[in-house]
Amino acid sequence: MSLKHVNAVIVGSGAGGGVVAKELAEAGRSVVLLERGKWFTPFDERKDDLRNQRTCVLGNAFGPDERNPRVYVDASGHEHVISPTHGAYSNNAACVGGGTLSYGAMAWRFMERDFHLRSTYGAVDGSTLDDWPITYADLEPYYEKAEWEIGVSGDDSNNIFRAPRKRPLPMPPLPPTREHQILNPAARRLGLHPFDIPMLRNSVPYNVACEVDAKCGTHNTVIPKAIETGNCELRCECIVREILTSDSGRAAGVAYYDSDGRLQEQSADVVVVSCAAIESARLLLNSTSRLFPNGLGNRYDWVGRNLQGHAYTGAIGLFDHETYDDLGPGASIAVCDFNHGNLGFVSGGMLANEFIRLPYQFASRTAAGIPRWGAGHKDFVRRYYRSSISVMGPMQEMPVFDSRVQVDPKVKDHWGIPVARLSGHRHQNDLLGTNFMSAKAEAWLKEAGAATVIRSGPISLDGPSGGQHQAGTCRMGNDPKTSVVDKYCRVHEVDNLYVIDGSVHPNNGGFNPVLTIMAIAYYASANLVKTRKGMGAT
Amino acid sequence: MQPTLRLNRRAFLQAALTAAAAAGAGVACSRNGSPWRFFTLDQARTLASMVDQIIPPDQDAGAVWAGVVNYIDRQLCGPYQALQETYRYGLGAVDQTSQSNYGKVFADLQSHQQIELLHRLEEGKAPSGAWKQLSSAEFFGYVVDHTMQGFYGDPRHGGNREGVSWKMLNLPYPPIRGRVRSDLSKPRSG
Repeated sequence: MSLKHVNAVIVGSGAGGGVVAKELAEAGRSVVLLERGKWFTPFDERKDDLRNQRTCVLGNAFGPDERNPRVYVDASGHEHVISPTHGAYSNNAACVGGGTLSYGAMAWRFMERDFHLRSTYGAVDGSTLDDWPITYADLEPYYEKAEWEIGVSGDDSNNIFRAPRKRPLPMPPLPPTREHQILNPAARRLGLHPFDIPMLRNSVPYNVACEVDAKCGTHNTVIPKAIETGNCELRCECIVREILTSDSGRAAGVAYYDSDGRLQEQSADVVVVSCAAIESARLLLNSTSRLFPNGLGNRYDWVGRNLQGHAYTGAIGLFDHETYDDLGPGASIAVCDFNHGNLGFVSGGMLANEFIRLPYQFASRTAAGIPRWGAGHKDFVRRYYRSSISVMGPMQEMPVFDSRVQVDPKVKDHWGIPVARLSGHRHQNDLLGTNFMSAKAEAWLKEAGAATVIRSGPISLDGPSGGQHQAGTCRMGNDPKTSVVDKYCRVHEVDNLYVIDGSVHPNNGGFNPVLTIMAIAYYASANLVKTRKGMGAT
Repeated sequence: MQPTLRLNRRAFLQAALTAAAAAGAGVACSRNGSPWRFFTLDQARTLASMVDQIIPPDQDAGAVWAGVVNYIDRQLCGPYQALQETYRYGLGAVDQTSQSNYGKVFADLQSHQQIELLHRLEEGKAPSGAWKQLSSAEFFGYVVDHTMQGFYGDPRHGGNREGVSWKMLNLPYPPIRGRVRSDLSKPRSG
């Protein structure tokens, strides 16, 4: 029995898909939102120090599980079949809300220059760096919408480098932590411009959020709103096998395995792919047909290319006095003095104090000068766990054409679907930038009074980037020969197929990308609703 | 609490039996004649001596008291099932190396000999033919990491008995409170 035809089927309920579901449903369109994972509630008690998004040594609390392997090709060309707990897997939570359920929730707007890096810095050897087909000004109203609808606290008024905003953030910052109070005057003495990090967290009563009404994601804001309209049906534990196309080359719907493992077909006027950079590329590449033998949107071999994320770097400072307080999330102060205009390399990134390091994270961190085990290690942990501050930041990576997602010719997942195959390397610029940024982190911590500062070592350029901040694999652009989607996130060669998530970012900013993903989702949805009146109301 | 206790064989057997009894009938990969889920008594004794050098008892409890052997035993019948052969082979190779170097199994060495041998394992310089299928450095890396997990991780995973490492770090339980309007240390009303 075929399922009832709808206006839109959205694959993936994370930062992008959740927003699109709400926007379409509120505009009266019928929507089916498919999610491969479950819908967790605060009562599921899934907080676990060894089984979470950042520390998954015992598994991923929010999925995916072992039924979802990937293939990783290392620098010497050897293939490894890896599980979601492997460091090279680039896992992102697989559940309603996607990464927004378990993220740190920093809510950054990219800077104006991040949208035209190529014009700012010129062409970069060994990189496909290019300008975006849209500007910051195009996204500004949608950044604002994301901040106000999903809920952001913070105060970036001292950030003289920020892009102009029409409206302040809806909530004041959280009260400063001890680390904030130590780092703030130090940054000012160095002539930097510290400010309170924008966060998708309630500082005053705002949105109903997590169990302590603190953190906002799409699972507890826009997705419930989408369902409330009566126009959106959320189906969990649904594994999409492929996008179906008609003989005329348009998207017809999707084929997926439901929670009982039965193959279903959902037809729709419009298909929206929002599975994050690795799985979105995989789904397009797995959707082959006579008209699209290399997968959808892949006529010029750009789907899956330019896989990027962030190269993280920084330093840890050891103090003679306590710096710790147990007030989450920990990260609270940042500077954007080093995002652009640095000498000798392209772009840069923000620097911020780190989220609270749980005891195992702290104890398992290795660095030159710290004993790895034995009495010396135990002393180190005991002495410095509460007397250390870590300053870290995400370096904006240069997109590399050979860093890519393919589908593996041999390895299949539990449902018999070819898995993602990750290969490639990082760009030399990432190394230059991270070396510079870790030196700046060191200087900040020294000025703050750290007795000893240990810098992150140089990053390895082996293997593709990715991780939770994965982006770039379905680039947005005006030229169908050098991009996958147009400026409204529509796949160039299929007029009713959209990719709306971090995949479309030509470059990923020196920032956590989630607010930009949300803003693009609002922006693309507005266009979709406006130009596709033919979808009709339910 | 007896944090400075270094376990002799008898006390260790008792601890093992207590731990296994406390764990109940949770995971069924138990071997005959051993109270552990996965380890034989000899394997568990070797491992206990290793982990107590990695996080030794001093004014605060060490890894054995905190239940790190129980933690690893439990994970080997769960998420770390794929490492069973690594542990079986590695622990055997540690004792073989110890025998060929000192004429005794690892657990019976003097403390300074154990530390010396662990350094050689870590550097891949253990002079023995015992490490043909697995490098000693790789195996030692697993043991160090799993010891840190068992000692510093949440007690729910089978280690960090009585939250001993978190007490050592003067951390509240749970280690991070909610903030502003939410204090998890107080029961929520309604």
